[in-house]
Amino acid sequence: MQKKLLLDNQLFDITIRRLCHQLIENHGSFDNVIMVGLQPRGIFLADRIKDSLENILKKEIPLGYLDITFFRDDFRRREKPLKANATHMPFILEDKKVILIDDVLFTGRSIRAALDAMTAFGRPLLVELLVLIERKYTRHLPIQPTYIGRSVNTIQSQRVEVEWKSQGAKNDNIWLISKTNE
Amino acid sequence: MASLSVNHLLGIKNVTKKDIELIFETADYFKEVINRPIKKVPSLRDITIANVFFENSTRTRLSFELAEKRLSADVVNFSSSSSSVKKGETLLDTINNILAMKVDMIVMRHSSPGAPHFLSKHIKANIINAGDGTHEHPTQALLDAYSIREKFGKVKGKKIAIIGDILHSRVAISNIYALQKLGAEVMVCGPNTLLPKFIQNLGVKVELDVKKALQWCEIANVLRIQLERQKIKYFPSLREYAIYYGINKSLIDSLKKPITIMHPGPINRGVELNSDVADSDAAIILEQVENGVAIRMAVLYLLASNKTPLT
Repeated sequence: MQKKLLLDNQLFDITIRRLCHQLIENHGSFDNVIMVGLQPRGIFLADRIKDSLENILKKEIPLGYLDITFFRDDFRRREKPLKANATHMPFILEDKKVILIDDVLFTGRSIRAALDAMTAFGRPLLVELLVLIERKYTRHLPIQPTYIGRSVNTIQSQRVEVEWKSQGAKNDNIWLISKTNE
Repeated sequence: MASLSVNHLLGIKNVTKKDIELIFETADYFKEVINRPIKKVPSLRDITIANVFFENSTRTRLSFELAEKRLSADVVNFSSSSSSVKKGETLLDTINNILAMKVDMIVMRHSSPGAPHFLSKHIKANIINAGDGTHEHPTQALLDAYSIREKFGKVKGKKIAIIGDILHSRVAISNIYALQKLGAEVMVCGPNTLLPKFIQNLGVKVELDVKKALQWCEIANVLRIQLERQKIKYFPSLREYAIYYGINKSLIDSLKKPITIMHPGPINRGVELNSDVADSDAAIILEQVENGVAIRMAVLYLLASNKTPLT
């Protein structure tokens, strides 16, 4: 197994700040905007973006957690049941601008499920997608992110791993992991 | 994620503590789903479920049907009163005919104990027992234990008295299995004639005096007198039963301690439970009903999870 560092601690921080400023560029003071982190791993990025935005804007930005398990398209196609996570959406998305946040965009199937799951909370005015890592040429569906931390060329068998300091890792790092025979 | 150790939910006796905990954990997520503005998820959209009820039911049938619809399954309902069973068709023939119409899961209530077990040996579909005679009613026990867990945070170490017609109750047996597997202490209480012989062999305490039972327990699960199953008189009159075993406000007040009252429904008000208790803050009867949908969604979801390639 080979591990290649895609983003180190310093670049990671710069990337988060850049994403925040891109969001502010598009949404100004964030009126009528709600951020939604996707369970299970998108919520760490969402928390981090929320903290940074609140530091810059000095106001509270609403953030919800959305679990997509029951909306996935691979139910009954796996050996084991899919494990659900908690959804915490203390608001309605009707007529709101929604920023979906996930750590890695791979096949696009999770985002499709998320778009479906979101409709249970109303009809948003618009939906944007923010991802930390966009894996190019791996999409199964026509889904593209609005905000991208870093785009990387990967092949199907590789894996992207995001380590979060807030989750006990030594540093914020992003790794590209390949099997050695490739 | 772990999966259930069984392919059918025939009774609580056949499932493990881990299975019960997995069902509870999954039900937590579904409880959130059924409290959303749009209470539906598409998980079971390619599954057809038949609710086959050979016995009357309001709550269980409605609860299963809602759970199935909230999971986007296709649902067909069958009741024996309006079917060919009346013309002499056997249980296996009836079910095989339903399955020939490409049904994936069967939810069945039957008056004969063991009917779903028999079926599970002969057909391929997943079977959920919605009550088989006086034997088991697993989803009721699961939702009862889940309601206790929801109110107290855990079931382990809780003292629960099951009061009433234990002899004819499938809820009592399933509850005993479920609560004991989760580490609770269980007592049964009722007139001697309505307690099965050797019930103490299941590891439960037995009490004939309802006041003593209420003093002992933190939670009382009050059961209905099942007159429809009683072929002989087990007590002189309902009036006498209400006097000796009916739970009313003055009895609860005399305990001078908090107590939680549960009832699987339907309640015979004024017999086993008075309105002043059934409608009081001590009762979590309607919470049980709400939790029933979440629990049944979890059971259906987990049983349907097995990999089934589309053909």
